Amino acid sequence: MNTTTAAHSSAGKLLAFRWDNWRLALLATLIGVPLSAFVLPNFAAVVATCILGGLLVITSVVYSWTRHVGGLLVAPAIAVLVVMNIFPLLWSLGLSFYNYRADRQSLSFIGLRNYERLLSDPVVWERLTTTATLVVLTVAVQMVVGFLFALLFSKQFPLRRYLLILVLTPMMLSYVAVGAFFRYYYDPTFGLVSQVVNMFTDEPFVLISSTGGAIAAIVIADAWMWAPFVMLLVLAGLVSVPKHLYEAASIDRVPAWRRFWSITFPYVKGLLMLALLFRTIEAFKLFDVVFILTDGGQSTETIALYVYRQAIQFNKTSYSASLSYILLFTVIVLTNLYLYLANRRTKEG
Amino acid sequence: MKWISRKDRAREVDRAGWGRTAGAAIASFIYFFPVLVIIITAFKKHTDALAVPAKLFPDFMGWLVPERLTFTPTLENFVSVFSRSFTTGGAAQDTGFDLFFFNSIFIAGSSVLLALAIGTLAAFGFSRYPLKGNDTYLFVILTTRMLPAIVVIIPVMLMFRITGLAGTYTGIILLYTAFNLPFTIWMMKSFFDELSPDVEDAARIDGSSDRGVFFKICMPQVVAGLAATAVFGLILTWNEFLFALLLTGVDTRTVPVAMSQTIGGDIGVRWGLLAAIETLFLIPVILVTFFLQNQLLRGVTFGTVKR
Repeated sequence: MNTTTAAHSSAGKLLAFRWDNWRLALLATLIGVPLSAFVLPNFAAVVATCILGGLLVITSVVYSWTRHVGGLLVAPAIAVLVVMNIFPLLWSLGLSFYNYRADRQSLSFIGLRNYERLLSDPVVWERLTTTATLVVLTVAVQMVVGFLFALLFSKQFPLRRYLLILVLTPMMLSYVAVGAFFRYYYDPTFGLVSQVVNMFTDEPFVLISSTGGAIAAIVIADAWMWAPFVMLLVLAGLVSVPKHLYEAASIDRVPAWRRFWSITFPYVKGLLMLALLFRTIEAFKLFDVVFILTDGGQSTETIALYVYRQAIQFNKTSYSASLSYILLFTVIVLTNLYLYLANRRTKEG
Repeated sequence: MKWISRKDRAREVDRAGWGRTAGAAIASFIYFFPVLVIIITAFKKHTDALAVPAKLFPDFMGWLVPERLTFTPTLENFVSVFSRSFTTGGAAQDTGFDLFFFNSIFIAGSSVLLALAIGTLAAFGFSRYPLKGNDTYLFVILTTRMLPAIVVIIPVMLMFRITGLAGTYTGIILLYTAFNLPFTIWMMKSFFDELSPDVEDAARIDGSSDRGVFFKICMPQVVAGLAATAVFGLILTWNEFLFALLLTGVDTRTVPVAMSQTIGGDIGVRWGLLAAIETLFLIPVILVTFFLQNQLLRGVTFGTVKR
């Protein structure tokens, strides 16, 4: 008996013409859209689809207005992200199983062959090695320089606020500007770097002529730009160390290095790890600076630049899509690790 | 006597004297030197910018340094950023940078405003009305921002080519809105999470509606956060390169793309012009760095690290 009334009321609910009856609107859309596409002329079908779709949106909004406030609030953001990010990503996942090229019409399903090809491609491994070298070097330099600057700024002193701006500015510049100007500084004839070197030797100095030099050039530019980031995080850690710990240590005559390892470092460790991961993710994507400085010459082509070349210049759309999924996977793993550490730190703090 | 909590006293920063100032000044100056050279180059004529040895001093400092190291400052570069002609001794050339500046400001401005409107609502939702799998949503959202641009751009280019959005303002603004959303959501959520729930509960007991709580209680408290988010969004969008390189047309080109194309020019790079463009952009950046110093940490870590 109970079930029959439930069935009754749900049928009644379905057919009620009310603004919050999204089920009816959904039904109408599901039936109406295909029907109008067959029956009505083109333009009228589009209009009908728009009206029915609009009705569906309105009814679901009215329905959730009081019932699912959270869902309603995040819906527009999710919609934009799905249209501009998630859907394209799924599309490119699909494409990676085909042999599609943007400059040709042919399209055939080749399964996992793209992935097989790129995993056995020595060029890909070479690019990955280059990227890894750059990531390790640039992140290491950033950590060291950033840490030293943070130690310098960890105490309150006159004009600190203003001097801090000078150090923090590079971080806010655009990659293109940094790349362009480091190219200006590295220029063999009028560049500042070569002029300084020419004071000691007479030979023309071309930094970007060898692999080592080109990598150094990129690392210097990128590390200069992002060391302030590390500084900012380490500084936050240093400032949070309770002062009385140092006072106690100085009463007990603890040596400086010991004070650093057992008092300062534990407070900075969490933030240092976050800085390391964040910079690793960003350095892994290194594209703009390399694009401007060497354009991948002297075997400095990073994996991101390689995917760009394959996709844009050689039109190997499917192949580069499968390659980009390897990047995607790496970034997801790193981001997960980053958020895990960030959350743990928030909970402890 | 000013009351200081124990916690504050414990965290009080050590003081150091002018000695530390001198050390920090030297280190900061060396670090800032490349930017300083950009600013100096912006005031040089084309020939001075290419001079060997480098002319690093304006001529009013001539009493300090030998004359061959000085140059006569000129505003020529700044003028040519906004007027449509530029001469390097030869034929006049169209820089077009007035258009590119407009494009950059228009595109960055509209996408940041859109992202702010949509993102603040979503952040409030994530913060106050957690959904099932709230953390998963937030993780996916952050991941879309962490992805290398090249991963997203391949399918987006195909999509834009089919829908005809490539090279239009609508297309790039939509894409940048999606690019800014994760950042806005995470930033604004971190601000909403910090608000004390007591005030909101009190307002609810007094009969305030959900909307009332949002507009009258929460929004006024996060205005500073809103401003910080908008400014960081503007800088991030302004600096973005790869999306703009591949998805803007001749008329919708942004400043970074135009700059990169100037470098590839065949008549030699006009360093003075590039420097002038970058100097113009430095002014807002330095102001931001100064006024948002307390929010800087949160801004550069997408709100994941508060302090």
